Amino acid sequence: MSKRFMLSRRDLLKTSAAGAALGLASASFPISRAFAATATVGFIYVGPKDDYGYNQAHAEGAATLKGIEGISVVEEENVPETVDVQKTMESMINLDGASLIFPTSFGYFDPHMLAMCAKFPDVQFRHCGGMWNKDKHPMNAGSYFGYIGMGQYLNGVVAGHTSKTKKLGFVAAKPIPQVLLNINSFLLGARSVDPTITCQVIFTGEWSLAVKEAEATNALVDQGADVITCHVDSPKVVVETAAGRGAFVCGYHANQSPLAPEKYLTGAEWNWAKVYKMFVDDLVAGTPLPNFTRGGLADGFVKMSPLGPAVGDAARKQFDGTLAEMMKGGFSVIKGPLKSNKGVVVATEGQAFVETALELESMDYLVEGVVGSTA
Amino acid sequence: MDATEIGLWGVPLAILGGAIRVSTPFIFVSLGEAITERSGRINLGLEGTLVFGAMTAYAVAVMTGSPWLGLLAAAGAGLCFGLFHGWICKFRGVNDIAIGIALMLFGSGLAFFFGKPFIQPSAPDLPAIAFGGWSDIPQVQAALNVNILFLIGAALAVFLWWAFRNTRAGLIVRVVGDSSDAARAMGLNPNTVRLLATGVGGALAGIGGAYLSLYYPGSWTERISSGQGLMAVALVIFARWNPLGCFAAALLFGGAGALGPALQSVGVTQGYYLFYAAPYILTLIIMIATSSPNRSLAGAPGELSITK
Repeated sequence: MSKRFMLSRRDLLKTSAAGAALGLASASFPISRAFAATATVGFIYVGPKDDYGYNQAHAEGAATLKGIEGISVVEEENVPETVDVQKTMESMINLDGASLIFPTSFGYFDPHMLAMCAKFPDVQFRHCGGMWNKDKHPMNAGSYFGYIGMGQYLNGVVAGHTSKTKKLGFVAAKPIPQVLLNINSFLLGARSVDPTITCQVIFTGEWSLAVKEAEATNALVDQGADVITCHVDSPKVVVETAAGRGAFVCGYHANQSPLAPEKYLTGAEWNWAKVYKMFVDDLVAGTPLPNFTRGGLADGFVKMSPLGPAVGDAARKQFDGTLAEMMKGGFSVIKGPLKSNKGVVVATEGQAFVETALELESMDYLVEGVVGSTA
Repeated sequence: MDATEIGLWGVPLAILGGAIRVSTPFIFVSLGEAITERSGRINLGLEGTLVFGAMTAYAVAVMTGSPWLGLLAAAGAGLCFGLFHGWICKFRGVNDIAIGIALMLFGSGLAFFFGKPFIQPSAPDLPAIAFGGWSDIPQVQAALNVNILFLIGAALAVFLWWAFRNTRAGLIVRVVGDSSDAARAMGLNPNTVRLLATGVGGALAGIGGAYLSLYYPGSWTERISSGQGLMAVALVIFARWNPLGCFAAALLFGGAGALGPALQSVGVTQGYYLFYAAPYILTLIIMIATSSPNRSLAGAPGELSITK
């Protein structure tokens, strides 16, 4: 009995939603047709858009679209990775007339974005991550992502020159391949300066836990780490706590130098403005949007924060030299001979993995010199 | 530089430092809730009050440049939330737990709404007293930087413990909490007493929030609390409604929470998820060890809706 009731209630909801959509569509289409070049682009963030971190990086990219003629931008922040994001997408499409939507958080893709792709075949969806697969997923969906590992390598170069104790600290959220690559890149960058440097990593287990991140930073400084970086959603707490204890910091996701102007060395930042501009240009021109886009430092998807006042001449020189080499393309951070910190060979002599190498996407090790464990 | 090599000593030091740094919000929220529950009401909304207090303190500190005004504003905002809860609950048929949950969501949502413009600016911090001056080791000095609110919280716990037993006000709160009928027979109005007790509880939770945003971790973000207000409410039951117990439980929670990062920093890196569960495992062990079928819920106020 209750099953029947559920079914009929769901049908009722469906019909009324469709009715509402129909009514809206007939009401709003004549208006939007009048301006042929007008398009609305929707952005959905999982956290606050001014978090000095992951979401701010996306919001800064979205903000650069607002000046473009004929493009209007709608945004919603703090949208959980639940059915809520489906409602947000529906309202962006039905109420704001969005024709291109960027759900920026990992967990939005399956099943939420895919459900909306099936429901609104005329709307384009591009998800931040690497999950779109041509054989499995519809053509109005797609993925874009950046390779930021080399940015952490450059962080490591500056950190290696700046550190006096030869101990670095890394506050990490979860041991997933992308985070592990960042930790390894940071250490290898530092070891390109001095091969005796070590990096202590602390996993907090969650993407955003302010108190635990502060505790982790304190613990790292207590053990003598004097340059700290992180991979958490909002590096604000880590940067402020580290600088408060007198340690130097390298940033991540966005530019955190206003939080610690004296102690901020440099940072690996996303440059989503470039990616979003590319999609919107295609949308305005009427050409099909790419389904799968990726790029790194050389492609302009990732950028570095300006070097801070504490960066010495030797560090600046090596930073500029390495950056120039990376911009040429084909630079490998992970190259042999290289062992993991458990002594397993991960790259043999002469073996090198460029940033696009598929092997890096299943990384499950920390390299020699990193003190920490993946589980 | 040899002073920076403290090795394994870092673990007890981090637990001590963590207990002092992390416990303060737990102390204030649980003491506030202890007063409220002793009067016979449960205010589950303190999580929302904590977040709103954190936002208010930060915003006022940014605008006026004074962390003390921020602290005062947070206490005031908490008082308003508490009084609101106490006022609604006096009506017939109103469930205090349901109102608490509503206020928890309302407080957080309101804090997010008003807090938007204050995520980016930096506010001045509440001052700390350096008790580590006797040591040359910077880690010890850092661990013994004790915020004044921690000391106030400790003093308040002792004072409340004494006041519940030895003052007229303490007796009134306890009578109202144990039996409304007895209180009425004494000529007391239970609703007024509960209104005030919930108001004071809210003000203390607001101060706990101010500590979060103005000292440790010391910034306003929407995820600053991550459920600490709710944990503190649970601590009150764990502490059997005893203010000294609340203080001890808060210290235990703070110290145990520092265990995970500290162990990883000295190279004990396997199984850190287990270490992060340490506070909860400890709670369970103590609950089991101290429980007894003969004196279940000893110390529970008789008028609490969970015991009625």
